[in-house]
Amino acid sequence: MSLPAFAALLERLVFTPGRNAKLALLRHWFATQPDPDRGVGLAALTGELALTTAKPALVRDLVAARTDPVLLALSHDYVGDFAETVALIWPEREGVNAPPPGLAEVVEAMEVTPKSELPALIAGWLDTLDANGRFALIKLVTGGLRVGVSARLAKTALAEWAGQEVNAIEEVWHGLEMPYRSLFAWLEGHGPRPDPKDAPVFRPLMLAHPLEEADIATLDPAAWRAEWKWDGIRVQLSATPGGRKLWSRGAEDISTSFPEIIEAMDFRAVLDGELLVMRGSAEGKIVAPFAELQQRLNRKLVTAKMMAQYPAAVRLYDILFDGEEDLRALPFDARRARLEAWFARLRPQRMDISELIPFQAMSELAEIRAGAREAAIEGLMIKRADSPYVAGRAKGLWWKWKRAPLTVDAVLMYAQRGHGKRSSYYSDYTFGLWRDDGAGGQELVPIGKAYSGYTDEELLWLDRWIRNNTTQRFGPVREVAKALVLEVEFDAAQRSTRHKSGVALRFPRIARIRRDKPAEEADRLETLERMIVGVEQN
Amino acid sequence: MHHPETWMQVTPEGLFCVPGGFHVDPARPVARAVITHGHSDHARPDHHRVLATPETLAIMRARMGEGRAGRVQQALAPGETVNHNGVTIRLVPAGHVLGSAQVVLEWKGSRVVVSGDYKRRPDPTCLPFEPVPCDAFVTEATFALPVFRHPPAAAEIARLLESVRLFPDRAHLVGVYALGKCQRVIRLLREAGWDRPIYLHGALVALSALYEQLGMPLGELRPVPVPEKRGGGGLLAGEIVLAPSGAEATPWVRRLAEPVVCAASGWMRVRQRAKAKGVELPLIISDHADWPELLQTAAEVQAPEIWVTHGREDALCHALAARGVRGRALHLLGRGEEDEGPEAELPGALQPQPAEAEAQRAGQPVERPDTQAQPRAGGANRQAAPE
Repeated sequence: MSLPAFAALLERLVFTPGRNAKLALLRHWFATQPDPDRGVGLAALTGELALTTAKPALVRDLVAARTDPVLLALSHDYVGDFAETVALIWPEREGVNAPPPGLAEVVEAMEVTPKSELPALIAGWLDTLDANGRFALIKLVTGGLRVGVSARLAKTALAEWAGQEVNAIEEVWHGLEMPYRSLFAWLEGHGPRPDPKDAPVFRPLMLAHPLEEADIATLDPAAWRAEWKWDGIRVQLSATPGGRKLWSRGAEDISTSFPEIIEAMDFRAVLDGELLVMRGSAEGKIVAPFAELQQRLNRKLVTAKMMAQYPAAVRLYDILFDGEEDLRALPFDARRARLEAWFARLRPQRMDISELIPFQAMSELAEIRAGAREAAIEGLMIKRADSPYVAGRAKGLWWKWKRAPLTVDAVLMYAQRGHGKRSSYYSDYTFGLWRDDGAGGQELVPIGKAYSGYTDEELLWLDRWIRNNTTQRFGPVREVAKALVLEVEFDAAQRSTRHKSGVALRFPRIARIRRDKPAEEADRLETLERMIVGVEQN
Repeated sequence: MHHPETWMQVTPEGLFCVPGGFHVDPARPVARAVITHGHSDHARPDHHRVLATPETLAIMRARMGEGRAGRVQQALAPGETVNHNGVTIRLVPAGHVLGSAQVVLEWKGSRVVVSGDYKRRPDPTCLPFEPVPCDAFVTEATFALPVFRHPPAAAEIARLLESVRLFPDRAHLVGVYALGKCQRVIRLLREAGWDRPIYLHGALVALSALYEQLGMPLGELRPVPVPEKRGGGGLLAGEIVLAPSGAEATPWVRRLAEPVVCAASGWMRVRQRAKAKGVELPLIISDHADWPELLQTAAEVQAPEIWVTHGREDALCHALAARGVRGRALHLLGRGEEDEGPEAELPGALQPQPAEAEAQRAGQPVERPDTQAQPRAGGANRQAAPE
């Protein structure tokens, strides 16, 4: 596949709003493109492509040497985006008859070419491409390729194309490397399923549905187990002879941020738990608020000081594999017994087991939940005693029952600059929830606006994110890519005819930034609507 | 020789030929008007006498009604000349839309060419542009930035047809201008082998019929059907539907099967533009000269000065200066309101023309898109400027 074919795919994906249409475009592309380029493209789509990148200044210099500065400035002013301006204004050279580069060729050449030769290499490629191809190449080589497709969506398309379950792909995915020849061979039916063997691959997590007040009475206390829902980051610990990995719930490898956890994984097992900042002895452990854990996230370099200041630990919820034995089909109670036995046997550092909360009646559980005052407790998890460990959000097996205040995970839609000392910051946020758009798709509907609740550091981060992810500007307001989830806290939800969503929030504030959560997994408007009926009485 | 500025002047009505006593493409009603082509920002109603090509006159009658398309119409075929008060008038093809012409004026050995709107690419629906050497060349500058280099139209049509194959369960709705772009896209589709019926929004029916009357076969055209029951949808999956730009934001569109919204316009070159309009498949098909065509034309007409009517005159004048040509911005008012001007997206641009209104009276379904519902996309370029 040549780069132009990939550029054409990106072009269509960028303008295509519908999930089904995106899937169709991706399926078509997997079906029609050859190896190894489709594998490289897949890596780019799933964010696995770690490319040696050129500095944007390199591209700037290249185009400046080839264009009139006045016309370049006028063009940039008109187009807005500099990479797009370069792609459009790049003068076509007479007599260039070299074919455009392949995607794999670009990736390989970027790796082996000395820095001093990069400008000539990139200029040579730009000469062979059309405007769309140039745009894709510039984004690719400067590391700014934003595709608007989640890794999960790309894998879903792959699964649909091949007639496989997406979770079957997920289970082998992290044992594979670009350009995924063995994966495509298996999906096309002329190769065995890739065996991750001893690779510490990601196993899709089991997720819970939010529990509504009305559901509680229907639950038979004898058939359910309860534990605290801890306010950290849901993680999977995967330790095999092939390596050790700490996966986030979105299959992101966060091992390097938490070396002390990796070090403590001196066993062979796959475990499910909550990553927390925990202090104190084994007897009197105190879980720190989420904000402290945030200090540890997304750091490339972890200092000893950071580790001492914000010590990380994992509170274990479940066991998926004990040694090579897959326990996922066992009922919850049996897995719990295995987890306890395993833990008693190994006593791993920096880990403990999430305690089960005994209860006789559901009403008792409601009191326990209301009585929980520890900041790091988000609420309760209620799990069916006989539930196997199944990937995804199976209905009726696990419930999450968050405590007051009410919260929703909303998607940031617009941001506005603040006033006074905040006038240079995008500090007012409009966020929305998903609902059916009446045409078979999903749309976000704004539910409210908040301008408090975040720390100064979070404000800085949000401001930068917003500037980098702006899709449209309306005076002081920016519309942003629908890609960032904010946990919004509020005291009550009320009916409102003045809002498009039909709901108004009382005292909404940003509880935290959910960088770990994909936008598609943000809450739905129906979730908020049900909160109107079941308003918490404190 | 008389310098062109001494006898061609800018008045509030527009460009005025002083010795001839007539305007070219005036923005307000005048006694005598020479009209380059039928787009509404060049051809206005209620002039007393109008001189234009037979096709442009027919288009004006269809759009404005007989009574308003000039009380006295005088047809001048391309290549013929007339003399008026010592000024020789000749019409030369401009390659923009059917009937479009450059107005070549000569007075006492001085020659001015008013090109109207034009392009240099082949267009199966009109005669190609012919460069005429002159002392002053009056040009548009709609796409006068080096970022505008239109790809071959056939390649854009191929992308549309590929999308139709990829999404057979959806209708493809292509936003076009009623005069010129609509019929050109139809002809390009026919040349690409698309021989299925092409479905038209009511606002496009009359002018397409006129093209056929004027000898431009377009193949089988059908009006977009009305759903059997009110609010019904799911129509025309796998088909190509043409509609005025903006119709995709109106209730009319609900009858179509999950439409892929396409737009055929030179503006689709800029992502921000396509994004702001919610276009899913931008097709870069323009009836205006792109940057290389503007510079090529400037070179071929060999004019020592070039007057720019509307568009990005700053960039064009800068580039001309570097080539030793004097560029002069005329700042004509009211231009770019139809066809590919950004103002075309403002409310009002979709008002039915008299011809369409007549079609409505004749019982043909004519939809009037709710222009108020459209986003104001004009000026999206400015929004993207760095702070």
